[in-house]
This record gives sequence, structure tokens and C-alpha cells, in this order.
Amino acid sequence: MASELPLTAIAVPAKGAAGRTGLWRTERPVIDYSKCTKCLLCWLYCPEGAVVRRADGNVEIDYDYCKGCGVCANECPIKAITMVEEVS
Amino acid sequence: MARAVLSGNEAVALGVKLARVQVVAAYPITPQTTIVEKIAEYVDKGELKARFITVESEHSAMAACIGAAAGGARAFTATSSQGLLYMSEMVFWASGARLPIVMAIVNRSVAPPWSIWCDHNDAFSQRDAGWIQLWAESAQEAMDMVIQAYRVAEDEQVLLPVMVNLDGFLLSHAYEPVDVPKQEVVDRFLPQKTPAPYWIDPSNPKSYGTIAAPDTYMEFRYKMQAAMENAARIIEEVDEEWGKFAGRSYGGLIERYRCDDAEIGVVLVGSWAGDAKEAADELRKKGLKVGVIRLRATRPFPAERLVEAVEGMDAVAVVDRSLSPGLPSVLTAEVKAALYERARRPLIKGFIAGLGGRDVTPLDFAAVVESTLKSLKEGKGGIVWFGLR
Amino acid sequence: MVTVRELPLEEFWLPGHSACPGCPAALGLRMLGKALNGGFILVVPAGCTTVIQGIYPRTPSRAPLLNIAFAASASAASGLKAALELRGLDAPVVVWAGDGGTVDIGLQALSGAAERNEDILYVCYDNEAYQNTGIQRSGSTPRGAWTTTTPSGKRERRKEAALIVAAHRVPYVATASVAYPLDFVEKVRKAASIKGFKYIHLHAPCPTGWRFPPSKMVEIGRLAVETGAWILYEVENGVFKLTGRSRALLDPSRRRPLEDYLRTQGRFAHLLKPENQEQLEELKKNVNDAWETVKTILERGGKIF
Repeated sequence: MASELPLTAIAVPAKGAAGRTGLWRTERPVIDYSKCTKCLLCWLYCPEGAVVRRADGNVEIDYDYCKGCGVCANECPIKAITMVEEVS
Repeated sequence: MARAVLSGNEAVALGVKLARVQVVAAYPITPQTTIVEKIAEYVDKGELKARFITVESEHSAMAACIGAAAGGARAFTATSSQGLLYMSEMVFWASGARLPIVMAIVNRSVAPPWSIWCDHNDAFSQRDAGWIQLWAESAQEAMDMVIQAYRVAEDEQVLLPVMVNLDGFLLSHAYEPVDVPKQEVVDRFLPQKTPAPYWIDPSNPKSYGTIAAPDTYMEFRYKMQAAMENAARIIEEVDEEWGKFAGRSYGGLIERYRCDDAEIGVVLVGSWAGDAKEAADELRKKGLKVGVIRLRATRPFPAERLVEAVEGMDAVAVVDRSLSPGLPSVLTAEVKAALYERARRPLIKGFIAGLGGRDVTPLDFAAVVESTLKSLKEGKGGIVWFGLR
Repeated sequence: MVTVRELPLEEFWLPGHSACPGCPAALGLRMLGKALNGGFILVVPAGCTTVIQGIYPRTPSRAPLLNIAFAASASAASGLKAALELRGLDAPVVVWAGDGGTVDIGLQALSGAAERNEDILYVCYDNEAYQNTGIQRSGSTPRGAWTTTTPSGKRERRKEAALIVAAHRVPYVATASVAYPLDFVEKVRKAASIKGFKYIHLHAPCPTGWRFPPSKMVEIGRLAVETGAWILYEVENGVFKLTGRSRALLDPSRRRPLEDYLRTQGRFAHLLKPENQEQLEELKKNVNDAWETVKTILERGGKIF
């Protein structure tokens, strides 16, 4: 196994360096697209980079990695994002 | 081939210049300082095209070398004693990061009490750091060793940093005639290395030195040991090849002086080997078959070569210029460990001598041999202090 | 000022990393990447960001990243920059260090690199304690803050790291906040265009260490500035000026009461109790002292020294 390793701990860029961090959250952000003005502030402030900009200008949450911190919901100027409890 | 009269430090500096080192981190400490001063002159005059970084501490000196080597440059620094101890965290980092840095250690005792004079405690304190440790006897060897060191360090099967040790004042400040090889000769022996896949490349981003969990850490360290085992072979190959390029080589991992028919051997590292060789010559005139085994490398520890070298010897004196309080002699312990599994083992007597620069003369080495002979007759080795007042 | 829409779409710090939910350092790293649009190299000493990278063999960083020992980031970056220049590579070298690794154990190397005017950008993300080891006080912890090593609140004022660096007379020093990311992006871009030593001190409100719900991270960062607890400024070639929201707050009556900031965080909860009135006053005095310094500098036409 040692022979398969690189010379030292040299890591390669990838999503999910800590695994599927979406599994961490206890609540998830839900966007009400009827309210969303596409101001992009949620995309700006997400510490995870889990708010993704789509080609049509909308944003969507990458639930694989979203940790449910709620910054997006807190910052949305028109409260288009609600934090909803995860149902386990 | 040009000849020059150089101090050990000047010889090291010249070796750095000939090796076309690209980044030098410099911090002063006695008795190493004249190395970096000389290099500063070379850089200032344009004789060496390098970036000379005057760092604010030894810890930063090694950190700067690490950054430079990780960025693909040939890097060098020098230190002694307290500086090496202060730098120690980064010394371990350099080897774990598998960076081919070369550092000259001008061996000096450690404080307190303050002492600027020679012993080997500084380098021995780093014996577990994962660096190759080589020891020079002369100014000539010191210069050649710097050049050889880059060749060894940068070998793809090694990729470990190298310490070139030279005795403080006794070698660093002593002037000796030195044959200076031509730059073209060194360039052919030591080609400019090209960036390897593990050096920082903006077009191929990776993160270096990340966390490794218990499921991989051990294997990364195993690779360092494997590299050391390769290094043992490569140190010998490089020294032999240097012989073809420059017309001189030193015996690889070990220098054996009059060992072929020797009944008593003296094992040591460093420049006082010269005094031991003088003593051996005098004792031989009196009919005593004495040989000197000078370890050029202590890491990797040349166990196999040592076993070969003591063949036929009835007793061996290990003269250690360092002290590990509570042990007390690292060199004696390592020699004994190397010889442990032989069916026929010479009697081994350890001597702690020359700490803090206390003078040890050829007459003293003769006394060491006499003492070892006495112990041989009595059948017990042990470890004694030599020259204690 | 750059707009949100103008920022690159690309992420240079990939999701699914190991940071706490709501981590300001992670936000800062995203913004740093977008400011420089790739092509840079990070030097990261021990601290939160070491752990945020996750575990070998994956990393969230799309920029090359050299991990290094705690005290050594500025000097490793100096050596790295030298090597890259010798290879003819123009990539900016950016130190990304926490407050512990900057104002305490890293201060010597930082000072050396600043004095040598090394051509690197040093960003200190300041979450105001040794957060990675579980919330111990650093030289950057504000007076009165609870940490595990200051259970009754820190008794000393914080170091003003940006001014310490400015005393080295380097070409560019700035403070910033993850709550004002566009301001941070502008400052990073300006710094990257300058040759020589650049320093940005980035305020990073830490939910885990300051004891507040993660969703409030940006809001609390704003409150820090609105109450005057954190001051946004630039020092370009020795000339000081307030930037962004802080420009309007020289007049203390324009600042929100400090309590608005303090009551949001568990680490300051004890300060709002009547028996700790004196400690609270000390903290308020520290905040005012910082503004007095600003006032004095501005009265000299912004010339710090």
C-alpha cells in the first residue's frame, strides 16, 4: 500500500474533501422561487459554495454539501429562503 | 584544476557556489557565520545567481528553504548549536516533506553553559529528524560533500535533505589547501534539476502536507525509511562517481584507514579522525595493529559497512564527541546495535571526549587505544569519560 | 466597487470541506479565490484552515497549497516566492493564516518578511482566538471575551496587528471583514497589483468560538463594524484612510451601541451583567482608543508615521 501512495501527503482538489457534508445538517434551506429576485446574495455569502448559480440565472442549493448553517436564509433581503427541519 | 587555501567554511561556501544553489537562507551563528558571509559576497558580486534571504531566525531559515525547495529551487542554509535546536521543528518538516535541501552544520556544543567550541551534540540531537547526516574530515571533503549532497538529495530514489557536518573552529576555521574543480565539471556531475511532479505547479494544483489519518500516516513515514535505505547505496555510488569526475573519493559511507589487518579499531566521526590516524601510524611503528574507521554517514547508519570494517578486530574504541545524559553515548550504542547480531563480536569500549571543544590530541588517541587494549585483557568494555578533570 | 454579479462563477474552494457550518474562514477563502480568479498559491500554517482542508487524499483547494508549521508561514512564503520568481512564474503567493499564527507565534516571521518587503500577500483571518484547538485566547482576542483560557473574560486589550505591520512601512495594509465581501475582494485585488509586502486583516466572526447561531455569522460581522468594534481601513504607502461603512462612523454618535454587538454572542454574555460593568467599560474604552488613534492619524492628513 505504501508503494501506491505519493511521496508525501499530497492531496488532489475535489468536492467533498470531508465527505458528503450534507449529512451534517439538521435543517435545510428551501428557496421560494416565486419570491426570489436573483440578487445572488445567498450565493455570495454561502461559506460552503453550496449555492449554485444556474444558467437561467436562478440559484439552487447543492444539498449534497449544504451544512444547513442558515446564513443564506438570514441574509436573503426578502426572506425567500426558509430553514426547514430535516425529517429523519 | 585550481588550488586554493581555504578554511572549512570557505570551502563549503565555494561548494554552494559550484553547486549553483538558487536560494540561500542566511542567519548568523558562530562558528557558521563566515559561510553565509562568503555566500553573500558571491551573490553581491554576481558570481552566484541566487536569491539570498536574510531571515530573522534559524526557524525561518529552514522554513524559507522549505518554501523554496517546494517551489522547485535548489536551497541551502547553514547553522550550528542553538540555531539548529531552534530550527528543529522545521528540520523535521523538511524531511517529512521530502525536500532535497542541503544544510551545513558547523558543529558546536549546546548551552547552557554557553560554549562556542566544537562537539557533536547539535547534529546528534537531530539524528531522528529523517535527514541524511554526513561528516567531513577536511576542507576538501567539506567542499566535495556539499556537491555530492545535492546529488544524493535530489536522486528520485532518495529525496531526503542532507546535513553536511564540519567541526566548529577545528575545521570551519582551519585553512587547508583545496583542489577546486572547474564549474563545467560540477555542472556535468550535478545537472540543474527540472521540477518534479511533486513540486508546486500552478497549472496542476495540489495541497501539500495535508492531514493524514492513522490509515496512511505510517506508510508515508515508511517511505522515508525506504528512501534512507536507498540513500545508503546512492551515497556510495555518488562518492565513487565523484572520484571519476574530480579524481578523489572518500570511501562512500565509511572511510577505512589501515583496517585490513587491524586488531584494534577506533570508530569516530569528524575531523579528529586526522589525529586518530596519526596515533594509529605511531602505534603501528611500535607493532600495534591499529586501524581507524571514520563514519562519513551516521544517517543512514552504515551497519553493513561497519560490520565489514571490524572484521578481524578484537577490540573497538568508539570515541564520541557528544553526550546523551542517561545513556550516555549515542555513537557507542549505535555501533553496538550494528554489531549485536554477529556471532563474533569485538570488545567495544566507548569514550566520551572532547565536549565543549576540549582538545583531543594524537597522544590522547594513543591513550584511548591503550585503554581499550587493557579492557580487552580484562574482558569488559563499558563507557568511560576521557580527559575529565 | 465590484458587484456580486461581476464575481467569477468559479469556486476555488470546493464545497464539502471540513469547516463548521457557517464558518467565516471558508467564506473568506471563497472570496479570496474569486478576487484573484485562480492562478495563486496559498501558504497555510497550522490553524482552522489546516483542518478545513479535510484529510488526504482530497483537498477543497483549487489553488496549489503549501501547508506549513505554525510559526513559519511568512518565511515559507518568502522562500516559495523566491523559487517561483527564479522559475519565471508570476503567481501571487498568499499566506492565509489565523490570528494565533499571525499575532502570536507567527509574529516574528511576519515582521521579518514585512521588513524585507517580500513580494507576498499576507491575509490574517481573525476569529479572535485559537479556535482550532478549541477556543483559547490569542493576542487578538478582545478584552472581556470568554475563552477556555480566560473563563472570566480576557483581562488584556488586543494587539492591533494591522498597525504593527503598518509600522514596517510596507506598501499596503488593510482591514476587511467577511461581512463586507466585495470590499474584501477589492482590497485583495488592489493588493495583488502592488509589488512588495501586502497585509490584509480579515475579521471572521466564528459561530463555534464566539457562541452564536451559525446563521448570524454575516450579520454579526456587520454589527462589529456598525458598532465600531471593527474598523475598516486601508494604509496605502503610509497614508491611512477609512473605507466602506467605517467612513461614516468617525463620529461616535453615529455608531450603534456596543451592546448591540456584544449581546449577540455567548462569549460576551457575562459582560452584560451588572457585576461586570467595569470590564464592559474597559472594553468600550479599548474600542474608543482605537477610534481615537484613527482620529489622530486623520488629523495628520492620514500620515501614520
